[in-house]
Amino acid sequence: MDNTTLARATMGTSLGFHIVFAVLGVGLPLLMSTAEGLALWRHDEAWMALARRWSRAFGILFAVGAVSGTVLSFELGLLWPRFMAFSGAIFGLPFSAEGFAFFIEAIFLGLYLYGWDRLSPVKHWLTSIPIALSGAASSVFVVMANAWMNTPAGFRLGPDGQLAQVDPVAAALNPSTATEDPHMLVSAYVVTGFLVAAVYAAGLLRGRNDIFHRRGLASGMAMAAIAIVLAGITGDSSARFIYGAQPAKFAALEGIYQTQRGAPLHIGGIPVDAQHRVLFAIEIPKALSFLAAFDPNAEVRGLDSFPAADRPNPVLVHLSFDGMVGLGLLLGLLAAAFWLIAIRRRSLPMRRALLLGLVAAGPASVAAMESGWFVTEFGRQPWIVYGIMRTSEAATTAPALGLTFAIFIAIYAGLAITTGRLLLMLAARNRGAAAGQGNLPEAGRIS
Amino acid sequence: MSSAELVAGILWLALTAYAVLAGADFGGGVWDLFASGPRANQQRGAVAEAMGPVWEANHVWLIFMITGLFTAFPVTFGVLGLALYLPFTMAMVGIVLRGASFAFRAHGSDAVGPLSPWGVVFGVASIVTPFFLGAAAAAVASGSIHAPGGQLASGFLAGWTTPLAVVTGLFALSMCAYLAATYLMVENEDRPALLADFRRRAIAAALTSGVLAMLSLAISFSEGPRLLQSLTGRGLPLFALALLNGPLALWAVWRSRPRIARVAVAGQVVLVLWAWAVGQWPYLVPPDLTISATAAPPGTLSAMLIVITIGGLILIPSLWLLFRVFKARNPQPAVER
Repeated sequence: MDNTTLARATMGTSLGFHIVFAVLGVGLPLLMSTAEGLALWRHDEAWMALARRWSRAFGILFAVGAVSGTVLSFELGLLWPRFMAFSGAIFGLPFSAEGFAFFIEAIFLGLYLYGWDRLSPVKHWLTSIPIALSGAASSVFVVMANAWMNTPAGFRLGPDGQLAQVDPVAAALNPSTATEDPHMLVSAYVVTGFLVAAVYAAGLLRGRNDIFHRRGLASGMAMAAIAIVLAGITGDSSARFIYGAQPAKFAALEGIYQTQRGAPLHIGGIPVDAQHRVLFAIEIPKALSFLAAFDPNAEVRGLDSFPAADRPNPVLVHLSFDGMVGLGLLLGLLAAAFWLIAIRRRSLPMRRALLLGLVAAGPASVAAMESGWFVTEFGRQPWIVYGIMRTSEAATTAPALGLTFAIFIAIYAGLAITTGRLLLMLAARNRGAAAGQGNLPEAGRIS
Repeated sequence: MSSAELVAGILWLALTAYAVLAGADFGGGVWDLFASGPRANQQRGAVAEAMGPVWEANHVWLIFMITGLFTAFPVTFGVLGLALYLPFTMAMVGIVLRGASFAFRAHGSDAVGPLSPWGVVFGVASIVTPFFLGAAAAAVASGSIHAPGGQLASGFLAGWTTPLAVVTGLFALSMCAYLAATYLMVENEDRPALLADFRRRAIAAALTSGVLAMLSLAISFSEGPRLLQSLTGRGLPLFALALLNGPLALWAVWRSRPRIARVAVAGQVVLVLWAWAVGQWPYLVPPDLTISATAAPPGTLSAMLIVITIGGLILIPSLWLLFRVFKARNPQPAVER
C-alpha cells in the first residue's frame, strides 16, 4: 500500500476508535451530573449510587478517550505534515480552544473522581458541571476544524501560492460549522443515551429488575429520545447544506450520476460506476430534488459532471449515508415506541422484544455515528481540504507506516478488550454490593 | 517583543509545565516498575495516590503544546512531524499505554493489579515516552534537523539516533524519576519509612542525572557543537545557575528537606529547558527554522493570544483548585458522609 492509503487507514482507525470514547466524554457527564443533582435535591440514595457507578466507569472511559485523542493530535503532524504546514495557521484556533476545554474537563474530572470524600456533597456535584460543559465545548471546537476542511474559508493566498492573510475566526465559523457542529454534538448524546440504555436493558433481560436498572434505562432513553429527534433535524439541514456547498459529496451520497431536474431518491442499492446508475435501489421519483431544495424539479448535479479525479467513491459514501439514515430512523422509532408505551402504561416497558431491540440499539447507534463520519470523510475525497489540497499531496513520506499502522491496530484491540472486561467487572462488583445491601425495592416482572 | 515571540514563549512555558508536572508522573511509573523491598506495595500505592487526581490535567499541557505549535508555527510542526516521525510515534505509543494502563489499574484494581500484564505495561510505557521525547529534543537542540525553506532535507533518522540523543533521552528519563522521587518525599513526609525509600531513590536519580548531564556535555564537544554553543552563549547565565542549583538540590535531598528539594529539582528542569531555549534563540529548530520566519500570519497569532488569555483566565483558577484540594500541605479533611 502507498503512504496515502496507509496514512488514511491509520488516521481513520484512530478516529473511529477515539470517537466512541469521545462521545461518552460528552454525554456521560451530563447523565452523572443529573443523577447526582437529583440525589441531592431529593435526598435519594439510589440516584447517588447510580452517579457513583457511572463515575467509576467514566474514569476508565475518559482516560482511554484522552490518550487516543492525544494520538490524533500527534497524527495530524506525523501523517499529514504538509496538510498541517498549510492549514495549521488557518484552522488551528479551534484546536487551541479545544485544548483549554480538555484542560477544564481533565481538571474537574480529577476533582470529581477523587473528590468524593474531600469535597462537600454540593461542591462535589458542582464539579460535575464544568465536565459536562467542557465536554460539549470540546466537540464543538474540534468539529469546527473538520467543518473547515469541508468548506475552507477565512484565508487568502498570495500570488506565490503562500498564505497571505488569515482570519481564523472566519475559518472557525466557516459555512459548514452551522450544520455539522450541532449534528455531531447531538449525535454524541444519541450514542451515549442508547449505549447506557443498552447496558441496563441487557441487565433487565437477565432478570436484574432493580431500581438501578430501571433508572439507568430511563435516563439513557430520555437522553436518547430527545437527542435522536434533534439528530434528525440537524442531519436534514446538514444534507441540504451539502447539496449547495459540496455537490460532488451530495451526488455520491445520493448515488446521482447524471445531472438532472426532478432527481429521484435512491434508498439502498449499489452505485455502479461502469453503468452510471444505482442498481437494486428503491427509487422514489423527484423525492431527492424535493428533499434537497423543497422543489420537486430542482436540479441535482451528477457525479459524471466532475472530472474522474475529483469524485469520491459513491459505493462507500452512498451505503454509509443510507446506513446512517436507516439506523437513525430505526433508533427514532424505537425511542418513540419506548416512551409511548411508558407513558400509556405509566411504567417502563419490560417487553422482551423491546428490551432486545434496545440492547441492539446501543451498537447500532455507534454504527450510525461511524457511518456518518464515513459520509463526511469518504465524501470529501479526493480532497483533504475541499477544492484546495488533495489528500495524496498531504500525506507523509516517512517510512514504516505499515508497521505503525499494525502497532496501533494491536494497541486499540488491546484497549478495547481490556476496557470491556473492566466495565463488566465493575458491573459485577456493583451487583455484589447491591446484593450485600439487601432490601432492594420489589422486583418487577419481565413479560 | 513580537507576537510570534510571545506565543513561542508561552508554548515554551507549556513545555516547561509538562516537563515539571507530567514528567513526574512518568517518573512515578519508573518507581512503580522498580518498587522493591518490604514496602514495594506501599511505594506503588503512594505513586498511584499522588498521580490519580492530577495526571490527566498534567497531560493536557502536551496537547496544548502540540495544538499551539501547529497553529502558530505550522511549517515547523510539519518539519518536526516528518523528521521525528519515528521517535514521536514511539513516544505516542508510550503515552497511550501509560495512560490507559494507569486508568485500568486505578479504576479496575480488582482485576488489573500491579503485577498483571497491564501493571507492567504502566512502568515500561513510562520509560519509553520520556526517553524518546528526550532523544527528539536532542535532535532539535543539536541542530541536526535541516529544513532549508521549510523542506526537510536531513532524513528520518537525523539527530535522534546519535550517542548524544541516547544520553539525552536517558537524562530526560532520569530527571523524570528524580522529580517523582522528590515529589513523593513531600507527599510522604508523615510516613518516615516511605520518605526514606523515596529519599534513597531521589539520591540515586540525582547522581544518575548528574553523570548523564556531564556525559552529554562531553559528547556535545565533538558531536553537537551547536548545543554547547547555545548553552555557553546566550544561555550561559541560566546554564551557570543550573550548575549551581544541581548540588543544592542534591544537598536538600541528602539532608531530607523534601520541600526545598522539590523546588530545587523542579527548578533544575526549568533552568535546563530555558537555558536551551534562550541559547538557541531566535531559532525554533536550528539551523534553518526561526521563530519569525515560520510564524503564522499576524491574524492567527493575535486571535491565538486572545484565546490563550480567555482560556488562561478559566484555566489558572481551575488548576489552583485542583492542586489545592489534592496537594495542599493540610488537605481538607475528609467530609463526613
